[in-house]
Amino acid sequence: MFAQRPEIRPATVEVLVAGQPVRVPEGATAAAAVLLAGLPAIRDTPVTGSPRLPYCMMGICFDCLAEIDGVANRQSCTVAVHPGMRIEPQRGARLAFREENAAHGA
Amino acid sequence: MAPDPGDLAIIGAGPAGMSAALEAAGLGLSVTVIDEQPAPGGQVFRAVEAAAADPALTGEYAKEGAALARRFRAMPGLDYRPSTTLWHTDLETGTLSLRGPDGGATLRAQRILLATGAQERPVPIPGWTLPGVMSAGAAQILLKQAGAVPKGRTVLAGQGPLLWLLAVQLFRAGAPPALLLETSARGALGGAMRAGGLWNGRAMLAKGGLMMLEARRAGMKVVRGTRGLRAEGDGALRGVSWEGGSTECATLLLHEGVIPSTHIARAMGLDHHWDAAQLCWRPALDEWGASSHDRVAVAGDGGGIGGWQAAAQTGALAALDTAHRLGRIGAAERDRRAAGHRHLLASALALRPFLDRLYAPAPDVLAPRDDTTVVCRCEEITAGQVRQAARLGATGPNQAKAYLRAGMGPCQGRMCGTTVAALIAETRGLSMEEAGALRPRAPYKPITVGELAEL
Repeated sequence: MFAQRPEIRPATVEVLVAGQPVRVPEGATAAAAVLLAGLPAIRDTPVTGSPRLPYCMMGICFDCLAEIDGVANRQSCTVAVHPGMRIEPQRGARLAFREENAAHGA
Repeated sequence: MAPDPGDLAIIGAGPAGMSAALEAAGLGLSVTVIDEQPAPGGQVFRAVEAAAADPALTGEYAKEGAALARRFRAMPGLDYRPSTTLWHTDLETGTLSLRGPDGGATLRAQRILLATGAQERPVPIPGWTLPGVMSAGAAQILLKQAGAVPKGRTVLAGQGPLLWLLAVQLFRAGAPPALLLETSARGALGGAMRAGGLWNGRAMLAKGGLMMLEARRAGMKVVRGTRGLRAEGDGALRGVSWEGGSTECATLLLHEGVIPSTHIARAMGLDHHWDAAQLCWRPALDEWGASSHDRVAVAGDGGGIGGWQAAAQTGALAALDTAHRLGRIGAAERDRRAAGHRHLLASALALRPFLDRLYAPAPDVLAPRDDTTVVCRCEEITAGQVRQAARLGATGPNQAKAYLRAGMGPCQGRMCGTTVAALIAETRGLSMEEAGALRPRAPYKPITVGELAEL
């Protein structure tokens, strides 16, 4: 779990983490938003379903994979937040075809 | 394919990449800088434009780091592409395949400079995949990029200057770590002193000493000679244990130094060798950073760990050599301009042999003793499975990948490659050179079929 220091870096950008609004500083990444929101896991592994949170925060470990604005398997530590960004945990592997993807033609 | 190749494409906007860009653009070269991060700085000066005023982040970060980023931003004519990932390179034509905020793009350059920096050495201990366990660098990045600090009791484990720096920064940010479990071998200091360089590196040494003093004064306890670290918990971190002790904690931050990020360099097929002092792979480079391929140079920590001051100098040297190779300056002019950089480089590297000896990771950091330790975090392959594959005939990490899928997940072996090689080397009685390095392939980072189709 991580805490903000709003007196140093005001939380000005509101994003949705697993559907819940969270305000984070400008320049923070989606991975930081998940840690600040206090989610117990950002993804479940495809192999055993074990919970993970970001480990390296520098684009190496891929443990921060998340679904961002509807796109699965994004490396959330390399994606800066924008107002209204929707961040959902990555559950297992990315599904190539599912109903909502089909509906959006993705 | 873009019709007119530019002079120089630089991968990475840390100290090496920024310095190279400034030097090359100053000599009139057309320069493109590609960087995965949304703002310049690399890892060491991450988010420096946003966070330089944070009282927890004073010193080189706020001064030299901010100044370098300012000069980089102010340099006219630079084609700087943040939030952009390089995923493929055609070295024949100098074509780079990129993925940026606006989708895919290609770019051609006569010369390519890899300034991809360092990554933290993976610290595979039992339980290190539990939520709540992170690398120390990750916590520092959260502080720099989001002003965030760990909540609850924090324990640091491992060794190296970054742990002490982070302890001080977290203290200044109002979240002092409770405990440092230091893994340095007893007696390492004596051996390190004999490596020399203490006089020439005395300024850096003094800075390190002050840092350690401040962290101790802030109340951080230190356990020395820690062995057998384990992260404890079920589904989430509950605490940490070691031979002779245990304690509860909400966050465990691991660090055993940094190693060159050689993923792209290895995928390009550049010659590498195992650095027995720094215990990592590094590309074979000449004194200008030129690699075994005549289109590619490497600068900064990606070519061997030297720290940011050294990276700034090797970046400038690679830029000078590029200008020379492209016929913009003669050899004498290149050498004349290089003299000052070489002097600063030597001074920046003075303390390195001492630090390499003092903070050499223990053998079980490279090859974890406990067979239940997960080594490949993506595919969840344990040390025991790798040892078994080695006994069955896997002679190196490339074979182990076929046996076990270790290194086949999304990180492509960035985390496990060296550990898998070390486990095989140990089991089969090979050297690391004989076990070899993973040979990654493009795409260097996963891309979607849709992105591929856009090209």
